[in-house]
Amino acid sequence: MPKDPNIRKVLVIGSGPIVIGQAAEFDYAGTQACRSLKEEGMEVVLVNSNPATIMTDKDVADHVYIEPLNTYSLKAILERERPDALLPTLGGQIGLNLAMALYEDGTLDRLGVRLLGTSAESIRKAEDRQGFKDTMESIGQPCIVSKVVTTVQDAVDFTNEIGYPVIVRPAYTLGGTGGGIAYDEAMLREISERGISLSRVGEVLIERCISGWKEIEFEVMRDSAGNVITICSMENLDPVGVHTGDSIVIAPTQTLANKEYQMLRTAALDIISALEIEGGCNCQFALHPESYEYAVIEVNPRVSRSSALASKATGYPIAKVAAKIALGYTLDEIPNAVTGKTTACFEPALDYCVMKLPRLPFDKFTTAKRTLGTQMKATGEVMAIGNSFANALLKAIRSLELNVHSLRLPKLQAMSTKKIWDKLFDIDDERIFVVAEALRRGITPEEINRITKIDIWFIDRLGTIVKLENKLSQGLPDAKTLRFAKEVGFADSFIAELCGVTRVDIRELRRKYGIQPTYKMVDTCAAEFDAQTPYYYSTYDIENESQPVDTGKKKVLVLGSGPIRIGQGIEFDYCSVHSVWSLKKLGCETIIVNNNPETVSTDFDIADRLYFEPLTPEDVEQIVELEKPWGAVVQFGGQTAIKLAKTLADMGLPILGTSADGVDAAEDRERFDEILNLCGIPRAAGRTIFTTEEAIAAANEVGYPVLVRPSYVLGGQGMEIAYNDDNIRDFMKIINMTVQEHPVLVDKYLMGREVEVDGVFDGEDILIPGVMEHVERAGIHSGDSISVYPPLNVAEKHKQTILRYTRDLAKHLGVIGLINVQFIIYQDEVYIIEANPRSSRTIPYISKVTGVPIIDLATKVMLGAKLRDLGYGVDIYPEAKYYAVKMPVFSFEKLTDVDTNLGPEMKSTGECLGLADTFPQALLKAFKGANMKVPKRGSRVILTVKDQDKEEVLGLAREMVELGMELYATRGTYAYLTAHDVPVRFVHRLGHGHPNIMDMIQSGVVDMILNTPRRTQREDGDGWRIRRSAVEHSVLCLTSVDTCRAILTARKEGHSEQIVPIDITKI
Amino acid sequence: MNATLILENGAIFEGESIGSTEDVVCEMVFNTSMVGYQEILTDPSYAGQGVVMTYPLIGNYGTNDEDDESVHPWADALIIRHLAPRGSNFRCTSTLNDYLIRHGITGIQDIDTRALTRILRIQGVMNGVITCREDYDREELIERMHAYRVSGTVERVTCPKVQHMAGSGPRIAMYDFGAKRNMAKRLVECGCDLTIYPAHTPADEVLAAGYDGIMLSNGPGDPADCVEIIAEVRKLYESGLPIFAVCLGHQLMALATGAKSHKMAFGHRGANHPVKDLRRGRCYITSQNHGYVIEKESIDPAVAEISHINVNDGSLEGLRYLQRPVFTVQFHPEASPGPVDTDYLFGEFLDVVRAAKEGGTRHA
Repeated sequence: MPKDPNIRKVLVIGSGPIVIGQAAEFDYAGTQACRSLKEEGMEVVLVNSNPATIMTDKDVADHVYIEPLNTYSLKAILERERPDALLPTLGGQIGLNLAMALYEDGTLDRLGVRLLGTSAESIRKAEDRQGFKDTMESIGQPCIVSKVVTTVQDAVDFTNEIGYPVIVRPAYTLGGTGGGIAYDEAMLREISERGISLSRVGEVLIERCISGWKEIEFEVMRDSAGNVITICSMENLDPVGVHTGDSIVIAPTQTLANKEYQMLRTAALDIISALEIEGGCNCQFALHPESYEYAVIEVNPRVSRSSALASKATGYPIAKVAAKIALGYTLDEIPNAVTGKTTACFEPALDYCVMKLPRLPFDKFTTAKRTLGTQMKATGEVMAIGNSFANALLKAIRSLELNVHSLRLPKLQAMSTKKIWDKLFDIDDERIFVVAEALRRGITPEEINRITKIDIWFIDRLGTIVKLENKLSQGLPDAKTLRFAKEVGFADSFIAELCGVTRVDIRELRRKYGIQPTYKMVDTCAAEFDAQTPYYYSTYDIENESQPVDTGKKKVLVLGSGPIRIGQGIEFDYCSVHSVWSLKKLGCETIIVNNNPETVSTDFDIADRLYFEPLTPEDVEQIVELEKPWGAVVQFGGQTAIKLAKTLADMGLPILGTSADGVDAAEDRERFDEILNLCGIPRAAGRTIFTTEEAIAAANEVGYPVLVRPSYVLGGQGMEIAYNDDNIRDFMKIINMTVQEHPVLVDKYLMGREVEVDGVFDGEDILIPGVMEHVERAGIHSGDSISVYPPLNVAEKHKQTILRYTRDLAKHLGVIGLINVQFIIYQDEVYIIEANPRSSRTIPYISKVTGVPIIDLATKVMLGAKLRDLGYGVDIYPEAKYYAVKMPVFSFEKLTDVDTNLGPEMKSTGECLGLADTFPQALLKAFKGANMKVPKRGSRVILTVKDQDKEEVLGLAREMVELGMELYATRGTYAYLTAHDVPVRFVHRLGHGHPNIMDMIQSGVVDMILNTPRRTQREDGDGWRIRRSAVEHSVLCLTSVDTCRAILTARKEGHSEQIVPIDITKI
Repeated sequence: MNATLILENGAIFEGESIGSTEDVVCEMVFNTSMVGYQEILTDPSYAGQGVVMTYPLIGNYGTNDEDDESVHPWADALIIRHLAPRGSNFRCTSTLNDYLIRHGITGIQDIDTRALTRILRIQGVMNGVITCREDYDREELIERMHAYRVSGTVERVTCPKVQHMAGSGPRIAMYDFGAKRNMAKRLVECGCDLTIYPAHTPADEVLAAGYDGIMLSNGPGDPADCVEIIAEVRKLYESGLPIFAVCLGHQLMALATGAKSHKMAFGHRGANHPVKDLRRGRCYITSQNHGYVIEKESIDPAVAEISHINVNDGSLEGLRYLQRPVFTVQFHPEASPGPVDTDYLFGEFLDVVRAAKEGGTRHA
């Protein structure tokens, strides 16, 4: 059936801020879907609160609203835009829930808006626990014995019937938020209570625990004619029990014979048919390892993280095809973009093995429990493609950028065999390394399988790797062994480590033996048809299919930013993709290297050629040797790409824009200080040190408090504020836990107003699109601060100083292209904090709110253009007439051991934007976008603050009382406020009687807590428990007085009833 | 042990020997299925051919006693990227390597199967040889390859004598041109009382036994070679009995009614081929294994209409005969390996059989 001619304007809902369980995959899906809709001549209206996304670009949709994702703003946008239809299945769970809410309350009907693709009825059948179970029963698909309950007592009663352990799954939550496995009644009570409170509908599912079964997934598609196909099968190396988002996933399935495979494939197709889904769908199964018994675990009637992975794993563009199906096309009417000859109605055949590894945040949250369970913890993921399990796995490990290049972890090597055996029982992110170590110690695969339930096939593959390690440890390999090691996927650096030489030695040895990688094409059809997709992965083989042809164009290599992690998120993908688009417009041929399957940059039609490879010196060198690009762009791929600048420069490849030396000058403390002196830019006194003793000496010299941080890091990783020698000792211990080749910086901590700018420098002139001011004072990482543009409290003279400093710095660092500089205004003086000659987290947001296409300008400048010719002027761009507030968003409820207290180390996973014509109104929107409940008249607020903050909090407390809020305070704060005649009630701290703070949180009577801890990051007992408990009970808990002031401003001067959506394409 | 694969075009692939170490000359074809190597090896349609698996990891789940599609493997060789030294599956009874050795199948691993597949796709299927000898004479081997042609395979693979499988439903006769076991199994599961006949059974003998319907199975080789069988198939057609034919059976029926066949460049072999059922207006993913195809243009519109086409290349995938209750498909509804999406065709066949028995419509 061709597309429906009555649909001309379509609204697409995005998935909002990046949180654990909902990451860049929806930007990829949404962007692809929008482009697919536009291809069909649709007028596309896009709503997403996340400004860092590519989908919220003018180039992607016709109307773009960066607005809170709630029914209130959606209604306003629908009223204004009056689209013909809404596409609900591309914005993750958030988009789906919102579309359902608008359908259920009659808004869509009232405004004559059709739901495209899968019907509301089908979505409900798939999403509602009982409805789903009934549907599965009606088509004979086995589910796990389970029951939906709404009270803890019902959960306990039902479990007593079916027996422990059970899995608790809250309905309508992301990434299994709030779920878990309960082994006894106490655990069940705790988990189910939390789950009920987190569920949108107050329901949890209690189900039989099938931990240890194989976890198998199928990505399937269906069109309106009823055609059904499977795109990809996937098998989790981690058996059932670990959330699939945290599992090691292999595509296609490896241990299923045809019978089991077809049984589950048919089940998936029966399910999508019974649910009458029109579009993509993900079916998860648990398969008993010793029989044909299986159970349907979950079905997602929408594109998902798995569908993004399946798209990249197979080359089949699921979101694009789903959008076309939603418009009414059938699969056999949609062309296959990869082959250009066949249609979308086929099942991809893989002739390679795909490995996905989760990127977990434990390098950042060193105190968090590493255990993996049904609640997802990964912030991102990497994918690798190889012609064997081993080489795909080893590539994927390298892609994680965790300073690990093999299956060996030094800390495991140091453990006794007994300890390793014990560790096999732990289900955490290091399990695969533990299994490898166990094999090295001679523990049999059978024994490992018995303990871990990991299929013996996977263990055998790890065994191959371990065996080869032993062989290589015996000395420099001969040609045959070296070739074999490369085929298996060993990095040169690892081979070098094993035989005690350098990486370069191995590279030279390879050259001598003529062992070079070949590149194979991902073509959806295992070479059965001629394909044109320039999408490659490396192998050590005979035939190299990536044959660069001279197109006469300048060939530019763009390095991506790898997996999404805290501190390096989707914004760098935005920058990479925009740079590619600009380069193409400038007539260049573009090559992208990246390994993140969730992103737009790894879509095969973004760059002219895509290499899905790890971003390490060796892997990138090989591509450069083959492609021989004219130049490379490293400033857009975050720290990942910057770290490779030297490798590329050493190969003689010109770095476009700022040179590798310029990068080094900004990172090297001494060189940077020299430049600052030269430019007359003041900075807080500081020292560069290597040892703890030096750190203590330096701190005493400049005077406490001091900031301590390792150099060459992003997102303030390992950064702390130290108030005394003990703090320093603590912090240095943690810093030294990870490999530390670079020095540590100790700086005097200035508590002033933080200001940040991004600039484009062309060698002479600079253009700063806007000055951004942080709401929280210095000390909280810029990525975790609320940021406002235009600034509210920056005097014109300081703006001019900032402009001058930024321009001078850029000039002396040799910047061509982007520079990001952070300043502190302290006692009417501007100090520099740091400068980064590369793209930053704020680029997408400031580009969108100022209308200055920064990446495009920077790309042009890198190729030699001058700002004065580019039409946006120089110096500071004229300020906008409205306010933009960027609000950080956290995923604390997923990371049960992480302190929510904000400090110099970044903790947020995403951000949202509030845009309005006044600052309070923009703030209010931003808080709503971040789903923070702004307290109102009658709200109960608990204040428990440290002594230094009491004076400031007094003013805020008075405002709260004026606003009609009811105040509670703990002893010290209570005494202080009472002494100043503020009406406040007393509440006990923990362990000092009842009712205490915890009682109030748990009984749900409190709406907001302001808790300013004495120390920055170490657990401070009570405070930590209060903050964690608040997160787990969804109570807003602020740790900065400044944030609290902002929230009161939003309440006092913002007006919920006057929220007006703004189309950013019109500004 | 080292092994070498040499193609008719002179291309050489060095790898490691698996299975038997005997030299083998055969026609090299590639299969894109990601699972089902045991079913593929035992599919009689591969007689005379060496199968290149495009999926690189083979042998993962070993072999078992249930998944053979015939009494023994028929493929002459197996060419793969990586062989799993042991199988992991609850049904596994043997490693793939032991299975190959037991059945004398020569194989090779550790070669660039994608490069090999690309040669076969671009230049068309060709003959090849696998040898474990270090001192082979390349010219002599190429000569042997040139001389090789897959022929007489139906005679090799068909059952030696009539077999009977009891059932309470319609009495069906099946011509075994190289049938996969699952075809008989599906018919019996549908309740048929099934009698399986060797390929060269005279039509009169079958017709005289008074069956309710006839099934023509899949099988190997060039259909045009089967001159005598085609003549018998014509008689079956004339009889007016309901007939359902698959793969080679489909081709033989088409040839028996005046259509023409030709050899495809590299055939269809895999488990992901989309086929459109024109009457239902739906597409199905099918299991396929054929190197020859019936020419669409050669179909007499008075005799048959096209019922199925291949969505990828538009080639003919099924015929519905207009004057007789006969319908035939090029793909494999019995799957094994591959998707079972078109299993409904067995049901349709039985509907036609029952209708004919009750004296209703005689057309499919």
